[in-house]
Amino acid sequence: MLIPSALITGLGLGSMYGLLALGFYVTYAVSNTVNFAQGSTMMLGAVITFTFGVTLGWPMGIAIVIALAGCALWGVIVERVAVRPFVVRGSNSWLMATVALGIVIDNVVLFTFGKDPRGMPPSILTDNAFLVAGIRIQLLQVVIPVVGLLIAVGLYLLSTRTKYGKALLAVVQNTDAARLMGINVTTAIMASFAVSGLFAGIAGILIAPLFTISSTMGTLFGIKAFAVAILGGITNPWGVVLAGLLYGLAEALITALLGSIYTQIVTFSLVILALALRPHGLFGQAGVKKV
Amino acid sequence: MSFTKAFAALPRRAVLLSAAAAFAAGMFTHQAIAQEPIKLGHVAALSGASAQSGEAITRGLMVAIDEINGRGGLLGGRMIELIQRDDESNPPKGLIAARELIFKEEVVAFFGGIDSPVSLAIVPLANKEKTPFLGVWAAATPITRNGAEPNYVFRTSAVDALVDIRLLKHANEKFGATKAGLMLINNPWGESNEKGLTAADAENDNIEIVGIEKFEGSDVDMVPQLTRLKQAGADAIILVVNAPPGAQMMKSRERMGWDVPVISHWGISGGRFPELAGPTAGEAHFVQTYSFFGEQGPVGQRVIEALKAKYPEINGPEDIFSPVGTANAYDMMHLLAMAIEKAGSTDRDAVRDALENLGTYEGLIKTYNRPFTPDNHDSLGPDDYIMVHFSGDQIVPVE
Repeated sequence: MLIPSALITGLGLGSMYGLLALGFYVTYAVSNTVNFAQGSTMMLGAVITFTFGVTLGWPMGIAIVIALAGCALWGVIVERVAVRPFVVRGSNSWLMATVALGIVIDNVVLFTFGKDPRGMPPSILTDNAFLVAGIRIQLLQVVIPVVGLLIAVGLYLLSTRTKYGKALLAVVQNTDAARLMGINVTTAIMASFAVSGLFAGIAGILIAPLFTISSTMGTLFGIKAFAVAILGGITNPWGVVLAGLLYGLAEALITALLGSIYTQIVTFSLVILALALRPHGLFGQAGVKKV
Repeated sequence: MSFTKAFAALPRRAVLLSAAAAFAAGMFTHQAIAQEPIKLGHVAALSGASAQSGEAITRGLMVAIDEINGRGGLLGGRMIELIQRDDESNPPKGLIAARELIFKEEVVAFFGGIDSPVSLAIVPLANKEKTPFLGVWAAATPITRNGAEPNYVFRTSAVDALVDIRLLKHANEKFGATKAGLMLINNPWGESNEKGLTAADAENDNIEIVGIEKFEGSDVDMVPQLTRLKQAGADAIILVVNAPPGAQMMKSRERMGWDVPVISHWGISGGRFPELAGPTAGEAHFVQTYSFFGEQGPVGQRVIEALKAKYPEINGPEDIFSPVGTANAYDMMHLLAMAIEKAGSTDRDAVRDALENLGTYEGLIKTYNRPFTPDNHDSLGPDDYIMVHFSGDQIVPVE
């Protein structure tokens, strides 16, 4: 019972990490940059949903749409304010700028939403549960991995089967060539940050009922998701999702088998070990630079 | 951010309080013409996440001070004046505030707040500067058991080591539990209670600890920890944590469909626990020093009436938030007043000695008989605590 229940926990958490890490993948695949404060965008998704759906009492569906739109818009703002100005000058300072912007939004939320953590009211997703082999599983615990996998499949299809997806990937390989082929590079990068924000928003909305909603809820998640993105080989969407699941499972199994004081020590040590053995991530490939 | 809040909050409060004190003092000037007031201090979280706790303590102190000043003050007509400082739940800020109260305001004694780390930072200063420091909330064992001789720190509140004894006893006597599983926050508070609970376990033959699990404040899912405790045969969970992670524990327990009794330290009493934990919030029993619900003695009735009169938003016990802060502060203020009368002066050493040798005081929480002795600076013991749970948003005693 110890291991099966840890597996359920691990899959749920792992899909959240994977979903958030896909946000890193999307922008990295298009522009070689990421929003390091992805955890803050996730928090924004949860906070906006709560504010409209619970505090203001609007229908939950509308609150979710507003939250997702808000997160996508925030992604665009991050790109415009904290990434583009540095990239055009060939500087890597967007690394720090995205972290800084994340801290700014965390504190804006702290100031407006309040320090008091809030809780989502019970919903269909948390009220319904079923038993599998003696283990109780909440509907939400099934929905989270399913959504994560659907998004990974969608991304895969978009990038391999559609002209638009191929255009996005072309940008990173050779910006100038892409521009010459008539691809609007600026829009493509902006769109990738919007999609990245959208994923973080979805993660935030899905985790809100499981967790407490506060301005700091995304911090640790963001760090873990980045570890997952690197572990998966940030250039491979399947790799990122799989790495997320592996990470979640490792966390839950270590807690179950060794005890929770070892969880962070062992999981992050495993990440370092995995990267030492496979520097391009578990499922990534070394980039080939043609000279 | 908290800086701006503090700056905004502090002067306003100071102004309000001195206005209130001046008003109270003004009412009785005919009795106390040109009598110098007796200055008392209060260092607590008056802004930030724990601001409610500071306000609750203030209310308890003010109700008691109004009673004392209304009777004509102390030492033949000297009014009590309360000077408050915000520690923002931050130990260095608390220490600075305590210095200011001791050296600049020259208070006779001063009260503490909810945060154990802040109180622990102040204790050495209070002992060094020989100024009585009176705890009314923070429960860390070493606040009063600090090894100083003489010891200037006194407390009317729960004490971790004694709470731990009560938690195990309640698990056994109320639920018939014989195997306790501990769920502790992974920080110094959790660690100190791990020691306390292990010591309490050694003293209690009816129940044993079968597993100790730690978790982080940011943990989302605690099913693995709970599953370990379940496999170890735990038939009760002892919980030591604040409200948000405590709520995560309750949600994980609910997700597992495990209806094991939960007996908690009082950390879960603040911060919207019922909202955060959801439908099972009421299943967690926890410790308090007082409840304004249920049948009240004469002092309880008097305090509720005074609170209603002084704070218009209070219409009944359901509006008295953080009741332990108010109740502990009320009793401690009266105990201090008795000590000042007994000492016959505002000399800090004399007041300290008097506190150790008080007679009987019929208080709100209980009737105190010599509440403090040289060996014991805690006026409340495990049998003075009550066990409560949430019913909706209200904290009510367990049947």
